[in-house]
Amino acid sequence: MTTETVPLPAPPSALRRFVSDYGQEIVVLLAIAALFVVVGAVNPRFLSDTNINSIFAGNAYIAIAAIGMSMVIISGHIDVSVGSLIGVIATIAGTLAVKGYPIWIAWFVPILFAIAVNAAVGALIAYTRIPSIVVTLGMLSILKGGLISATAGEWISNLPPGFMIAQMRLFGIPSAVYFMVALTILAALFMRYSDFGRAIYAVGGNLEAARAAGVDPERTVIGVFALHGLFAGIAGILFATHLQVIQSTVPPNLELTVITASVIGGVSILGGTGTVIGSTLAAILFSVINSALIFLNVSAYWLRAVLGLLILATVLADMARRRQALR
Amino acid sequence: MTRYLLRHETILALLTVGALFTLAMLSDRFFTASNLLNQGRLMSEIGLIALAMTFIIVTGGIDLSVGSILGLTAILLGVFWKNLGLPLPLAAIAAIACGTASGFANGLIITRFKVPPLIATLGTLALYRGLAEGISEARSVRGYPEWFFFLGQGEILGVPVQLWILGIATVIAAVILGMTPFGRAVYAIGANETAARFSGIRVDSAKLWIYTAAGFLSALAAIIFVSRVTTTRSDMGTGWELDVITGVVLGGTSIFGGKGTIIGTALGLILIQALKNGLALSGVKGDGTIVVIGLVLIAAILASALIDRNKSG
Repeated sequence: MTTETVPLPAPPSALRRFVSDYGQEIVVLLAIAALFVVVGAVNPRFLSDTNINSIFAGNAYIAIAAIGMSMVIISGHIDVSVGSLIGVIATIAGTLAVKGYPIWIAWFVPILFAIAVNAAVGALIAYTRIPSIVVTLGMLSILKGGLISATAGEWISNLPPGFMIAQMRLFGIPSAVYFMVALTILAALFMRYSDFGRAIYAVGGNLEAARAAGVDPERTVIGVFALHGLFAGIAGILFATHLQVIQSTVPPNLELTVITASVIGGVSILGGTGTVIGSTLAAILFSVINSALIFLNVSAYWLRAVLGLLILATVLADMARRRQALR
Repeated sequence: MTRYLLRHETILALLTVGALFTLAMLSDRFFTASNLLNQGRLMSEIGLIALAMTFIIVTGGIDLSVGSILGLTAILLGVFWKNLGLPLPLAAIAAIACGTASGFANGLIITRFKVPPLIATLGTLALYRGLAEGISEARSVRGYPEWFFFLGQGEILGVPVQLWILGIATVIAAVILGMTPFGRAVYAIGANETAARFSGIRVDSAKLWIYTAAGFLSALAAIIFVSRVTTTRSDMGTGWELDVITGVVLGGTSIFGGKGTIIGTALGLILIQALKNGLALSGVKGDGTIVVIGLVLIAAILASALIDRNKSG
């Protein structure tokens, strides 16, 4: 009898692996590129330096908050309080700056506050096993209520000029863009190559397996939330300094916009998969669409409807792609 | 006996009674019939939506688009009546039909395309609110006829009209969830969807019904809301999804599904409304009350988690 050797399936080519690993990120990137080409052809002013700068700088704080949110979602949790946290950070920073504290204190103290608050939230979630959506719903109320009571709806103005970090420029490019790019790259490397980054994926993918493999899930969750606090803190400082005044409110549904950026960027809401690059690309995509509608003379009132359709289309395409991958 | 005493609903009931008692001590304007009935009026819209949300969360799902459906329905009511010239009752029915269809669309996306409910309704949250903004172009509709305000401002036998509606809807929801095969199917889906499917429960059709019902109740709440505040604006109901979910979760419904009751939700809503009103009457500023609600939510869930652990331990 001759034994027939069954040929092993050829190892997937590097390109194919890249496409399957970064499928969603590639889709979002292509969407951004397509919009630039099409809208730029219709209205060349879309590609002016000023407009491109405002596209990339406009949503930088959302992109940075979405980096932390992506980490949280990858670990199998969620945070619906980040919008209010950003508002609180901005108000603390502005108050410190107006009261005459050194600028660096006005920048760093709120960030430390955000890290501490979110580490506490993470500890509550990790040790009591109360679902993260419940704890952060509670935090949402606490932060939102605290913010409005503290500011009484007043805006903070007369901020010292050196405080406005988001408006500083280097080589003509707003600093917010550098923050966004640098933090995304750092976070992506951290998630892929550090032990802690891998622990985050492990905890989100299969908690018991992660524990068996020697990962401490409780500590990982606290760490993820603390990191998320760091990114939310930086996002809050950029939000605080992008205008001449600090408003006492954040854009409505900001937390959901941040979560949407993560999800459109390919982070599975079930945990364990996704990258922080995708969420940054998605935040940029929102900004591009926003600007494109203006340049195409679509009434601004329809912006959200278009965004909603886009979210649904992306999600449905993703579901179809995954089903095909299973075949 | 202790098992019944230590149920989440019992703790919540005690907490609610305690809160009512304390608030009554703090302000003599709180525990009066007219104030309590008025508070019932104010919680009716959120309450109606929370009934459907309880079913949804018990199946292990979530619906973030309810506030947007409310806003869209309100806008459509104004458009159908003012711009298309339909008689108001017909306009209301048409608007409710559209709101119900929005819920049905959520159900279709979730069941047919297997999109996780959180993501599907995150998308429709933006879409429905966007449609409301696009259609209305930020114009509000006013000038509704006097008789229309009966729904949101009138009384029957001394009790606000919408409180009757909420009461009847609560009883119906409690009976369906607690005493019918459909209710048992809802719990089974939340406990283990695959097992429910294999035991012959029509999971998809049940979910489709529930999300459609959420659309219907959000739409009904929209009509009541417009009737109460006498105007239509596209930002109506913004952020309500999280208020509704807070009430349901405070009521003891597990966000993982499989556990929860309508009575719990009702108690959760009453506690929140009592805190909001009572604290405001005792001189706490409106926004301080939100802080208290957040603390109560975390504390209540923490307490019942600890008790659960002791019971099993």
